[in-house]
Amino acid sequence: MNVKEVVLENSDQLIDRWVSQLDNDSLQDYTSTISGDMVEQMNKEFAEVVMQSLKEENNQLEVLDQFAEKVVNLGWPFGYIAEGLQAFRTESTKFVLDQLDTDSKEEFVEVMESVNNWIDPLKIRLMNQYSTNWNNILSMQKLALEELSAPLIPVMDEITVMPLVGTIDTDRAKLIMENLLNGVVKNRTDVVLIDITGVPVVDTMVAHHIIQAAEAVRLLGATCILVGIRPEIAQTIVNLGIDLSQFPTKSSLKKGFETALQMTEQQIVSKDSRSEDIEEILDSVGKE
Amino acid sequence: MKGTLSSVVIKQEWDIVGARQAGRQVSQDLGFGSVDQARIATAISELARNIYLYTEEGEITFEQVRDIPKVGLKIIAQDQGPGIKDLSAVMKDGYSTSGGLGAGLPGVKRLMDHFDLESDENGTKVTAIKWAR
Repeated sequence: MNVKEVVLENSDQLIDRWVSQLDNDSLQDYTSTISGDMVEQMNKEFAEVVMQSLKEENNQLEVLDQFAEKVVNLGWPFGYIAEGLQAFRTESTKFVLDQLDTDSKEEFVEVMESVNNWIDPLKIRLMNQYSTNWNNILSMQKLALEELSAPLIPVMDEITVMPLVGTIDTDRAKLIMENLLNGVVKNRTDVVLIDITGVPVVDTMVAHHIIQAAEAVRLLGATCILVGIRPEIAQTIVNLGIDLSQFPTKSSLKKGFETALQMTEQQIVSKDSRSEDIEEILDSVGKE
Repeated sequence: MKGTLSSVVIKQEWDIVGARQAGRQVSQDLGFGSVDQARIATAISELARNIYLYTEEGEITFEQVRDIPKVGLKIIAQDQGPGIKDLSAVMKDGYSTSGGLGAGLPGVKRLMDHFDLESDENGTKVTAIKWAR
């Protein structure tokens, strides 16, 4: 008696039974938001992958990996794979037992075992592949986020801007501090503008990190200006009782930049003098 | 009239962001203005961070409270941590055991309209209410 042969010979019939089982199953919950055609196609592919892995053992791994990757890319839950395989296990055991038409306990156990030997490695392989794929996506995104997280932009001699966007957690706060201090030394900056326009919430931890960063910048001989403080953030900072009087703060990057120019005794002069003339003319018109 | 709107479990640092976002959504639905939304989000941030810093796990629950004719948002932060030893010290500005600014709990009290702190060796429960104007 060979379970493998029985299953392979009747694979079409078995797949039909499996698919109908899936339709009745709680698997419906997972796939309720996906179109029926899509589910059907995926089920077919799933069944083919399982059958193929039984047929040729040397080729099975790649097919499995590809399938797991596809499920992850489509954003389907792992429950789909787990329950699908569970249904496969039940159906094939039932099917083989029906074919054998036996009541013997030993044979029943034997069939169970060989089906398990077939399905379990599949399950483990798919499970590992699924989680590896997720971990890859996660670490890629973390990396991408890190690249965005604390850019330092030298805009002029002696003036550097660090725009902060998004939530600041402990890791990011460290990165901000490092980038800031390295940048100040490397670019020979006198004034750093930290722009928090894009920071959604300034709580005591964020404030604490900003204060520490500003203090460290001061130790390097440069000045830190905190810009982009929105009115509601200003109110919450006051409510929290946080003292930000150690360094200058401004409402917008523009105002901060003007202050930075004054501090470094620099000036932006327009090459085109006509605009000034027009302003003068407008002024004189206004006076008349 | 009371009703639980949502609750967020705090285990990792990123859960703080989740709690804040849930709170922002809830406060928007209840019709809070943008300044009050920022106050509520900051208060949630402080409470969630306390749970993350000092305990293994905790939960933040949002409830709608009604006191005719006002509607308010009640934030409950609860954990089974070691508790706070000196309740009067933590409500003083500048007191911190973790090297922070020590403005968290007194800050939350100032940000919200009502504030209540209970703590023993079995855990801590902070209740804070903000009324919508």
